[in-house]
Amino acid sequence: MVKMILQRLIQIIPTLLVVVTITFVLTRLIPGNPAAAVLGPQASVEEIERMEEEMGLNDSLGKQYVDYLKNIVKGDFGKSYSYNIPVMDLITERIPNTLLISLTSLVLAILISIPLGIVSAIKQYSAFDYIAMVLALVGVSMPIFWLGLMLVLVFSVNLGWLPSLGMGSMNNGLWDVVSHMILPVACLATIPTATFTRITRSSMLEVVNNDFIKSLRARGLKERVIIYKHALKNALPPVITVIGLQLAAAFTGAILTETIFSWPGMGTLITGAIENRDYMLVQGAVLITAMAFVFVNLAVDLLYMVINPKVNYESKGGGA
Amino acid sequence: MADVVLEVKDLKTYLFLASGVVKAVDGVSFGIERGKTLGIVGESGSGKSMTASSIMRLLPKKIGKVVEGEINFNGKDVLTFNSKELLEFRGKDVVLISQDPMTSLDPVFKVGAQMVEMIRAHQDISVEEAKALSIESLKKVGIPNPESRMNSYPYELSGGMCQRVIIAMAITAQPKLVIADEPTTALDVTVQAQVLNLLKEMQQNLDTSIMLITHNLGIVWEMCDDVMVMYAGKTVEYTSAKELYSEALHPYTWGLLESIPKLSHESKSELTTIPGTPPDLRLTGEACNFHNRCPYAIPICSEKVPELLEIKEGHFVACHRQTKESTLARGEEFGDV
Ligand SMILES: Nc1ncnc2c1ncn2[C@@H]1O[C@H](COP(=O)(O)OP(=O)(O)OP(=O)(O)O)[C@@H](O)[C@H]1O
Ligand code: SF4
Ligand SMILES: [Mg+2]
Repeated sequence: MVKMILQRLIQIIPTLLVVVTITFVLTRLIPGNPAAAVLGPQASVEEIERMEEEMGLNDSLGKQYVDYLKNIVKGDFGKSYSYNIPVMDLITERIPNTLLISLTSLVLAILISIPLGIVSAIKQYSAFDYIAMVLALVGVSMPIFWLGLMLVLVFSVNLGWLPSLGMGSMNNGLWDVVSHMILPVACLATIPTATFTRITRSSMLEVVNNDFIKSLRARGLKERVIIYKHALKNALPPVITVIGLQLAAAFTGAILTETIFSWPGMGTLITGAIENRDYMLVQGAVLITAMAFVFVNLAVDLLYMVINPKVNYESKGGGA
Repeated sequence: MADVVLEVKDLKTYLFLASGVVKAVDGVSFGIERGKTLGIVGESGSGKSMTASSIMRLLPKKIGKVVEGEINFNGKDVLTFNSKELLEFRGKDVVLISQDPMTSLDPVFKVGAQMVEMIRAHQDISVEEAKALSIESLKKVGIPNPESRMNSYPYELSGGMCQRVIIAMAITAQPKLVIADEPTTALDVTVQAQVLNLLKEMQQNLDTSIMLITHNLGIVWEMCDDVMVMYAGKTVEYTSAKELYSEALHPYTWGLLESIPKLSHESKSELTTIPGTPPDLRLTGEACNFHNRCPYAIPICSEKVPELLEIKEGHFVACHRQTKESTLARGEEFGDV
């Protein structure tokens, strides 16, 4: 197990190198001059040239790339041109906001979907199952952008119940933040809830038809124990895999959702950085995000091993 | 009066499928006394497992139903048990040992945890006590290093080991009845005998009754006091193992006797089976279910269901050609098939 974790950690290095390289190249491909973008339309040619020099834009691309890599290894992600403060400071300020809505929505999705999936499975073909499955189908096929706009239209514009922009402030009390969270979280949670419900249901249905379930009943165990302890643990591995995939997808979703609701997280940070040609910020933000993915995936794999002992065994046997 | 643990009377269990009603068990009666073993034999699909599932009240949900009959366990009617009584009945009074030991255990929980869980579902004792009981029981069934085996997952054990674990679990329950549904079919020949011996040992120690389902008449001679031969959901012959060994009376039983594998020859080609296939259980009606495969069939066989009659004392047969007045000897003649 420890060996496996170490192996995985070593494998992460080339992955991150590829990410760094690709974002480096892609940001340079964005049309427009970052120096001009920083200084604004009134800037003179001399001012722009001086700025370019200062930003290191006149060095060869190779030198810029190598310098950037060197700095990253030292933990220095550079300085944001547009905010004029270190990239890391911006990221550490924004990450908690993104985590707040993406994790809340994911936790909410898990809390709703797993019981829903289980009940649908044990009441297969009932009215409950039928309604849950129709809703889930609608949920997975919902375009997130459209859904966000509809939520704003209904709950903010028409009903006026909830704010639609920003994240509020704790200074105005907890409810201010929570009320700002509701719509983005609902928007972000929809697809995961639908996906997890479907996978939980199908996985449970498969497990419940296994012979060992009949054996558990024959032991005189309570139905509740059989379903929520034994069947569920057997049914979890595919659910966890999908949750892991959704964790990654939650970020893509967050970029869109944050844009719709002007939520001050990593999503709006990155879109803003791209608009301002803020190379350092784009690179730093994407790299940090990629690192988060990789570690989440590793965590999911570890969890998978704990839940399904056979995976552990096979990797032991396989050696690789 | 002998102490009857299980008494099944005229049990009819049907499966209601979209394609029709399968009469999986169609009027079966038998009893098992305390400390005795009843063997149930018959070809695949004859309703043996459905009989067991009816007793355990574990029929396939929605489609399986006991439509008639009684199942009395220690004088109580199992069919009227509510869910609480069922939980006490299963895993405490009666234990099921099924064919494939690998699928009898939950694959993602350790052996010890499953044993402790079952014990604590029925006995009010601490985890530590339940562990001690489990280890002791694993020792009894000859599992080496029981303490460390408690921490094994089922897939880390061989089929024979798994079946031992299941028997160890059964022992901790001290059940009055063990229903063993082909407990050795999935095991190596060498392990089969050991598992059967463990069952016997358990029976002697706990005075348990056993209902032993098997394809193998050899096992019946070894293990059973009484035998019921089933065919297409019905009892065709029911008597003591001794009597059946010396004088089987039903043409179907004769067919089974001929199909006992002759182990001494070691060649699989020695195994003969009864020609033809069992009838479609959705279509059985006014006839002997065996008539289209029976070399002794006469016209009445395809017109009337033969009743199960006591031909000799304690020897019941359902065949038109076996009555008190006129009996048929095995191989006496061969009908015009
Ligand atoms: N879940 C099910 N759905 C539909 N039909 C079933 C089901 N289980 C059993 N049957 C049918 O019920 C009949 C009796 O089956 P049963 O399992 O009792 O036979 P068996 O004597 O135990 O056979 P085997 O020796 O193969 O275990 C068979 O015709 C079988 O096809
Ligand atoms: S009743 Fe007829 S068909 Fe059936 S077993 Fe007897 S002789 Fe054969
Ligand atoms: Mg069977």
